[in-house]
Amino acid sequence: MTTSPNPPAPGQGAPGAPDAAHAQALEDLRYIRRTMEGAASFTALSGWGVVAIGVTAFPAAYLAEHAMTHRGWMLIWLVEALIGVAIGVGTTVRKARAAREPLFGRPGRRFALTFATPMAAGAILTIALYYGGMVGILPGMWLLLYGTAFATAGAFSVPTVPVMGLCFMVMGTAALAAPSSAWLGNVFMAAGFGALHVVFGALIARKHGG
Amino acid sequence: MAKPGTARTAPPSSHAPELDRLIHERLRLGIVSALAVNEALSFADLKKLLNTSDGNLSVHARKLEEAQYIACTKTFEGRLPRTEYRLTAAGRRALERYLEHMEALIRATREA
Repeated sequence: MTTSPNPPAPGQGAPGAPDAAHAQALEDLRYIRRTMEGAASFTALSGWGVVAIGVTAFPAAYLAEHAMTHRGWMLIWLVEALIGVAIGVGTTVRKARAAREPLFGRPGRRFALTFATPMAAGAILTIALYYGGMVGILPGMWLLLYGTAFATAGAFSVPTVPVMGLCFMVMGTAALAAPSSAWLGNVFMAAGFGALHVVFGALIARKHGG
Repeated sequence: MAKPGTARTAPPSSHAPELDRLIHERLRLGIVSALAVNEALSFADLKKLLNTSDGNLSVHARKLEEAQYIACTKTFEGRLPRTEYRLTAAGRRALERYLEHMEALIRATREA
């Protein structure tokens, strides 16, 4: 309403050239879409959400340390994973809505699919290793594959995301190389799912609008 | 929504009179589109995103700023000045109108 009445644009959409105007309009829409997708890929993930996930990992690590059985230990981390997913999805949806950004545009879909693949591998390995009695490997494997998910899906996001993925992978590798002990496993879990999330979440929030 | 009193004598397929020339220009359309999906973008972000030069970007950003389609804040990050742009409500409306306009154009040729 503050704009002054615009005079007809000379040469643009001139009468008698509907084909040219049509082609121009289509090309304009494509350009807008490309620009939005290129610019939007970095907002989807909520930095504060990632911080929140990190914060919940510390009490989980504390509880896990006091678990009496492998089964109890596993359950604590599975519940923590579910809480993490809920926070992650919830805050991402909220951030996308606030930015009026479609969550499942092309970058969003690509991110989700690429992220889900290593996570599915992780779920299968979790079952196999648990029933194979190799619970000690789980923290390292989880960190490694979770990191892989972010490192690969991060290609469709801001550089901070794949860097976070790489840090998780390094943490996972260290956990796998470390002497097998339940205590160390929980320490690595807290350092990875707790500290790394908090640090990178804060970075994302500061640099990419929340 | 106030439609300027342009003559209705033009053929229905021509929507040119309504066209917002301010964001019709390619780079300005790019700036507005990029800001529509981000709370704020720095001058450097926009430059990289739209693949343009300093001079070009600042000229067109200023035009949009003058029309109050975008708002600009200058801060200091250490000693380096940092320019940040945001889309205003008027800018968002202008983009929505522009999109509707393009849709109408496409619909018009389809029906013709």
